[in-house]
Amino acid sequence: MSRTLYQFHGGVHPEEHKQVSTQLPIAIAPIPAQLIVPTRQHIGHPAKPCVSIGEYVQKGQIIAQADGYISAAIHAPSSGTVTHIGMHPMPHPSGLVDNAIVIATDGKDEWCERQPIDYRNLNASALRNRLRDMGIAGLGGAVFPSFIKLNPGVPQKVQTLLLNGGECEPWITCDDMTMRERATGIMAGVEIMRFMLRAETVIVGIEDNKPEAIIAMQQAAAQCQFPVEIAVIPTLYPSGGAKQMIKVITGKEVPSGGRSTDVGVATFNVGTAYAIHRAINHGEPLISRIVTVAGNVQQARNFDVLIGTPMNALVQLGQGHPAKVSGYVMGGPMMGIDLQRIDVPVVKATNCILVKSQTLFPPAPLAMPCIRCTRCADACPADLQPQELYWFARAKNFDKAQKYNLFDCIECGCCSYVCPSHIPLVQYYRYAKSEIAANLAEHKAADHARERHETRLARIEREKKERAEKLAQKAAAKPAAATSSDDPATAAKKAAIQAAIERAKANQATTQPPTEPS
Amino acid sequence: MTSSPYISQQTSVSIIMLKVVLALIPAIIAYVWYFGPAILVSLTLATVTALVLETTALKLRGLPVKPYLMDGSALVTAWLLALSIPSIAPWWLIVVGLFFAIIVAKHLYGGLGNNLFNPAMVGYAILIISFPVPMTHWAAPTVLAGQQLGLTDAIQYIFNGTLSTTLDAISTATPLDTLRTQLHLNRSVAEITHMPIFGTFGGQGSEIVALFILLGGIYMWLARIITWHIPVAFLAGLGIISGIFYMLDATHYASPWFHLATGGAMLGAFFIATDPVTGATTPRGKLIFGAGIGILTYLIRIIGAYPDGVAFAVLLMNIAVPLIDSYTQPAVYGHKDKQS
Repeated sequence: MSRTLYQFHGGVHPEEHKQVSTQLPIAIAPIPAQLIVPTRQHIGHPAKPCVSIGEYVQKGQIIAQADGYISAAIHAPSSGTVTHIGMHPMPHPSGLVDNAIVIATDGKDEWCERQPIDYRNLNASALRNRLRDMGIAGLGGAVFPSFIKLNPGVPQKVQTLLLNGGECEPWITCDDMTMRERATGIMAGVEIMRFMLRAETVIVGIEDNKPEAIIAMQQAAAQCQFPVEIAVIPTLYPSGGAKQMIKVITGKEVPSGGRSTDVGVATFNVGTAYAIHRAINHGEPLISRIVTVAGNVQQARNFDVLIGTPMNALVQLGQGHPAKVSGYVMGGPMMGIDLQRIDVPVVKATNCILVKSQTLFPPAPLAMPCIRCTRCADACPADLQPQELYWFARAKNFDKAQKYNLFDCIECGCCSYVCPSHIPLVQYYRYAKSEIAANLAEHKAADHARERHETRLARIEREKKERAEKLAQKAAAKPAAATSSDDPATAAKKAAIQAAIERAKANQATTQPPTEPS
Repeated sequence: MTSSPYISQQTSVSIIMLKVVLALIPAIIAYVWYFGPAILVSLTLATVTALVLETTALKLRGLPVKPYLMDGSALVTAWLLALSIPSIAPWWLIVVGLFFAIIVAKHLYGGLGNNLFNPAMVGYAILIISFPVPMTHWAAPTVLAGQQLGLTDAIQYIFNGTLSTTLDAISTATPLDTLRTQLHLNRSVAEITHMPIFGTFGGQGSEIVALFILLGGIYMWLARIITWHIPVAFLAGLGIISGIFYMLDATHYASPWFHLATGGAMLGAFFIATDPVTGATTPRGKLIFGAGIGILTYLIRIIGAYPDGVAFAVLLMNIAVPLIDSYTQPAVYGHKDKQS
């Protein structure tokens, strides 16, 4: 069963460097003395801490609960005592701080009670809640809460469950090693996901530079009760990008601004499938993941690492550095983020820690002028014209940049990689995107202020009118009172009461918040 | 701090420009073989002049000289201009041409990457308009002249204007020029192309140089310096329109082969129109841009006042580039269904 494969536009062939970290099997990283577990490890709302300082927690115990719909729970990766809940530096390009729960481990690694369940006994909705409480988020890098994606939609939108084993970034081999060593577990996860999605077809896309993983996955697929197709795709960065893989395998393009389900495909990383298997069949929440340690280290290798392990502890497992360390990257060399400091924790999104040296990652040469050679356009997997976007971003011509579909840029780095003038193109696009976002927020705030101001003016106007009416009424009431036999005091009281009621009504109308699209 | 990606391909503008220069070398050897070593003198003069002009401009603009000089763009401009004008032209001609090419057309427009017009073609256009006479004295093919200017004679002539023989003995008009003047004398194309300065397809000797330029162009395509779009569209545009006229009236219009093999057609198609800075950037845009140059070249050749039209055609299409680009944007990923 060979499938017709399609091509996405562009792409590049950077040197792979994958051999170095696949020589040894995955090793279990030791439990560090301290685990720093951030509450925001997924896209969406950060989880709400539900433990207090000084509390003893068991391995796998929920320490922060999912908050809101797009969220996922956080668990204690090992047993120990909570010593701190508060701000801690995060693996972020600007070295931002964020909320974290710090656990001093006791080394006992004592599990809480684990509850394996038979997924067939639960309905899809209950399974989704379970995955949310197990803290499952996409391990490919986007860390989107998986339970949300495991919804077939009404009416059924998803026909194909696509497992992404592309792993196209150089140096990173965590998915490769997971597929080699844990293929059966991945397939057990696939079985659950297939059930939840009611997917007709299951396809696993793997780049052809991972022959061992392909064989392991084929063998595991043969054991499955349902058909699983292993699609071997040509090695071409960024074919591991969800949009690019969908194009290669189905020939369809995810519409701009849309989701993969719009073309009937639900895409998950292979590691996520394994995590789902552990969560449902073993009752183990997502508290560890496979991380590649590579680059300027003596012994590159993949480790099964507890979430919250400080990265410096993990880097030490690389047994030293052959050259002077010039920095650290979380992720791969094409899309990873430069780390300001190395005492930050491993999070659910950490697939690789790349130690840099001047020789492995020489600083980019001086950026020269763009000569519009369009090598970037030839390499762009989103079919953009990067040279035009660069021009617009530089000129702060953001309207034009948006018109040229800046927001379809996936920041894969192909354009910068091929640029003969060594222009940091992606940096320009990030800048333009953030400027546009800031402008938008500013506009929103200004609109809001304007609306409030207009409402206030309207209220003042109305009050003025009301006062005038009241005065007129009073004036009208006076002669009436003079002629009527009624007690003038009672009439005045009545008028005052009436006016107060009207005032209250008017107030009520104005204090109602202006209708705003939320 | 740095931002991703942290790796880049081993390439640079200098390498690209160097490969362009490399691609010209076989044609230059053929040039020397058929027309004598004068071209080597003019190329050397052009190189030195261009580097001096470039350095001066960079210094005046306060830019670091070494990295910008090393981009090689001045060298490419110099060589293209030297190959576009007569090799035995007086020294000041190339100097004036390069001044306009490098200082006016490039640096005054903001330097490499910002220039709207092809620098070499601006230089050429200025020269042909201002100094039409020296621009028509081309070195005659050695086989016809029976003699050629040796290296020392060429240096003497280019720098001093002194010549041991008469100018007529060593120079000639180009085949395109000859065709134009002879057609005005009411001779037919067939009669004219039997004159000795014509070769099998184009000009005696120059058609072989054109062939080597074509080979250099194919090398650049294989080395991914250029894409096929502009040269193919250029040659197709020129070939088709000249073919139509040729089929309608072969006595007054030369064959497409003649038009493709003479003048600046090959150099224009592969080395000049493919200048990335001043050319169209989208695939469809490149086709329109190239075809436009081909067609305009032909029209200028047959009805314009100048023997060859490549330079003016390139400059005219340069003007149209922003418009072409904005109307030929390819569909972006995820937008394709909306467009169809």
